[in-house]
Amino acid sequence: MKACVIVFPASNCDRDMQVALERSMGAKVDMVWHREHDLSGYDLVAVPGGFSYGDYLRCGAMAARSPIMDAVKAHADNGGLVLGVCNGFQVLCEAGLLPGVLMRNANLKFICKDVELMVERADTAFTNGYEVCDVIRVPVAHHDGNFFADEETLNRIEGEGQVAFRYVDNPNGSLNSIAGILNEKGNVLGMMPHPERLVDEQLGGTDGKPMFDALIKAVA
Amino acid sequence: MSEITPEVVAEHGLSEDEWQQVLKIMGREPNMTELGIFSVMWSEHCSYKSSKKWLKTLPTEAPWVICGPGENAGIIDIGDGQAAIFKMESHNHPSYIEPYQGAATGVGGIMRDVFTMGARPIANLNALRFGRPTHEKTRHLVAGVVEGIGGYGNCMGVPTVGGECEFNKSYDGNILVNAMTVGLADADNIFYSAAAGIGKPVVYVGSKTGRDGIHGATMASTEFTEATEEKRPTVQVGDPFTEKLLLEACLELMATDAIVAIQDMGAAGLTSSSFEMASKGGVGIDMNLDAVPQREENMTAYEMMLSESQERMLMVLEPGKEDMARAIFEKWELDFAIIGTLTEPDADGIGHMVLHQDGKVIADLPIDPLALASPEYDRPWVPTPARDVLAAADVEAPKDLIDALKTLIGGANGCSKRWIWEQYDHMVMADTVQRPGGDAALVRVHGTKKALAMTSDVTPRYVFADPVQGGRQAVAESWRNLTATGATPMAITDNMNFGNPERPEIMGQFVGACEGISDACRALDFPVVSGNVSLYNETNGQGILPTPTIGGVGLIDDVAKAVGAGFTQDGEAIVLIGETLGHLGQSQYLMEVLGRDGLSMDDGAPPPVDLALERKNGDFVRVEILSGAATACHDLSDGGLWVALAEMALASDIGATIEQPGTNIPLHAWAFGEDQARYLVTTPNSQDLIQRAEKAGVIAAVIGTTGGQELTFGPEHAISLAELRSTHEDWLPEFMSHPDAH
Repeated sequence: MKACVIVFPASNCDRDMQVALERSMGAKVDMVWHREHDLSGYDLVAVPGGFSYGDYLRCGAMAARSPIMDAVKAHADNGGLVLGVCNGFQVLCEAGLLPGVLMRNANLKFICKDVELMVERADTAFTNGYEVCDVIRVPVAHHDGNFFADEETLNRIEGEGQVAFRYVDNPNGSLNSIAGILNEKGNVLGMMPHPERLVDEQLGGTDGKPMFDALIKAVA
Repeated sequence: MSEITPEVVAEHGLSEDEWQQVLKIMGREPNMTELGIFSVMWSEHCSYKSSKKWLKTLPTEAPWVICGPGENAGIIDIGDGQAAIFKMESHNHPSYIEPYQGAATGVGGIMRDVFTMGARPIANLNALRFGRPTHEKTRHLVAGVVEGIGGYGNCMGVPTVGGECEFNKSYDGNILVNAMTVGLADADNIFYSAAAGIGKPVVYVGSKTGRDGIHGATMASTEFTEATEEKRPTVQVGDPFTEKLLLEACLELMATDAIVAIQDMGAAGLTSSSFEMASKGGVGIDMNLDAVPQREENMTAYEMMLSESQERMLMVLEPGKEDMARAIFEKWELDFAIIGTLTEPDADGIGHMVLHQDGKVIADLPIDPLALASPEYDRPWVPTPARDVLAAADVEAPKDLIDALKTLIGGANGCSKRWIWEQYDHMVMADTVQRPGGDAALVRVHGTKKALAMTSDVTPRYVFADPVQGGRQAVAESWRNLTATGATPMAITDNMNFGNPERPEIMGQFVGACEGISDACRALDFPVVSGNVSLYNETNGQGILPTPTIGGVGLIDDVAKAVGAGFTQDGEAIVLIGETLGHLGQSQYLMEVLGRDGLSMDDGAPPPVDLALERKNGDFVRVEILSGAATACHDLSDGGLWVALAEMALASDIGATIEQPGTNIPLHAWAFGEDQARYLVTTPNSQDLIQRAEKAGVIAAVIGTTGGQELTFGPEHAISLAELRSTHEDWLPEFMSHPDAH
């Protein structure tokens, strides 16, 4: 298993992601600067939270055009695993790796708190540490987490079972309470909540840890 | 260039005496650029001219203090070769004029102060004070300030982990926004601002210079009037993205040996940073303003020197390291410009700031005479008249004690501030062990089992009624809040917010508060390592309550031993540590339940602070926490015992049964009195704990037991946790849902 975390200029959950992955892997996780072009040799590419390019325009829109994103697309096309959390989810949507878009939260405010998620898919490399209908507690911390897609896209996402997690109590106005989605092949997951923030009992819980444990097993 | 008339001098905030001193220092009439530089350097904001005399009396030393006041921030040794660097600073005036940008740039400025010294910021706190909830501007200001703080801190990826928020009429026209940053550095890699090495390059990095914020420091040194809103152009605009880049680029460069000295450009921008570096190093600077990266065309020297554009740094580099440093800043897409060199002092040993533009010398100022000879005033002051202690029996009892409790935990000042802190990312960096809402936040030192505890405290109505006791109480409460987590309090930063120091009664508040702070710092071994003074917090002659905000930092060696305020399980004994006398003077009960404003002499003296008792009780509690005997702990402050019990229950969703007190104190005074030096702890084994307390000479008594889904007080008074919770949580969201908030 070899994993890396992409670093954009204002990524700020890059270290948190690295720590969470290393905790489950017991091995070093590389940081890859966004101007790089090559991701060969990696099994898992994580796109972390933060503000990539300041996000004064549409969140993730500029980062989606960073040099590294061609390599992320190629990695996904070859069946490699890609995990995008928060800003990473926004970047993956803007880059076209995932359908839909993340709009401003319905209350127009930044929201940072623990939320409950319902696990919808437990048969993927990301989620097989959970059971379907498990309710897990994971923090959100975002201003733009309101998932939106046009009706046709939404029907396709739901029809293909691409929803990985749903909010139990929708905090941001996301359509169908969608908190995280997969691509059609199931090797790319984007989610607004931060599983990497709850992998340590001292920080208030470990409900995020099964995801990282599962990822390690998937490519072991 | 315009002519310098007495009006121009007055517009620059200089008094006639100060103008005469300018003429003496210069030996000639200064030009406009030079006058502008004198003006900002001698503004109250930059020169501390009214406060210096008294700040010098504060205790600033302890074996664990690496650097006290005078640098960008204070530094303490936290063991293992690591240092915590922290400071609190006000951004009051700008936040009133433009709440979002004012608050945002306050946060940006204080973070720069900390990373200038080589620390990575690991936590932010903020102490906010707004006017009455019913004042027409309050909602708008709350919404803008909170969003501005979040907008900056969230983007920087530094968790905002704690703070306070109060509402009081005295802040109607003059809100307080005090921002604190705590950073972490290696003790052997700290950076200071003293420039050294003749001929070494002076380098400008960060954002370009624009026309924003010109004269911000002078604005922050005058009173407000209705016309102040016309000063909106003097408020700077923040760009947290650029600051994040600046942080990473600076830390990357700091890992090399290229930097001789570094100073952020805060108030009075390029002027104060360059003068400070040169003055501390005893050198001069030759500066070429044509090389300064500029955002706008045709900027004058006056504008460039006085601009308060954000996200900029000035540094002196080792010769030969320029290209390597430039490559780092280019990687982070930031400007990097060599704008000057350090020069020899003149024959009299005085360094000169010589500014060049378009090939001409356009200003030549002697550095030390200007920087060090800034005026220091011994302003006249009168002590605040002492108030009589209000006897508990003379304070009206409420009709219903539970209703009074609900008023205290469900009003503007006692309610949950969740609506605020949920807009701040308080978990990023994944080391926040104790999230907002407790006594003190706990942030783990990354990769270790240590944690820093941090808190911000002051009770302005106490300081108003008795500045000395109020100053003591602010420090004591900070110390207690840190202690209540199990941490050892280490040091404080003080953010002194007062009215117009030219009024003797205001100056008297300042002098008294300094005395009280000094007393407490000495008695508790809790020195002041950094601080900031904000005076002239008045609008139309109406001063704020004196508000010396104390930011405290403590250390716990093993964060696994820390406790929170919430009850941890059913069936534990609740022990009250400290003596309850039922002091209701200046209490939250008096204000919120009886509707008094605390200004009248009849509202009594604040609770006295016995510092020896604080120390004894706190040291006892800390040992009980660290030994594992105490499973939860909360200090008693605003609202007294019942409010503290309610907060412990709400933090855990476990209720409690409290026994009828065996005392002759009136029940409402027992419930809501604000006697100091008190804590609540829970323990599975109260007998042993009480025995140890007796041995230590600490007053301790079991007052009840945890468990259930309600809080019951004796046979007659009870409230369910569900009702308690909605009372506590609903006020602020409902208040802010009003259309005025947008």
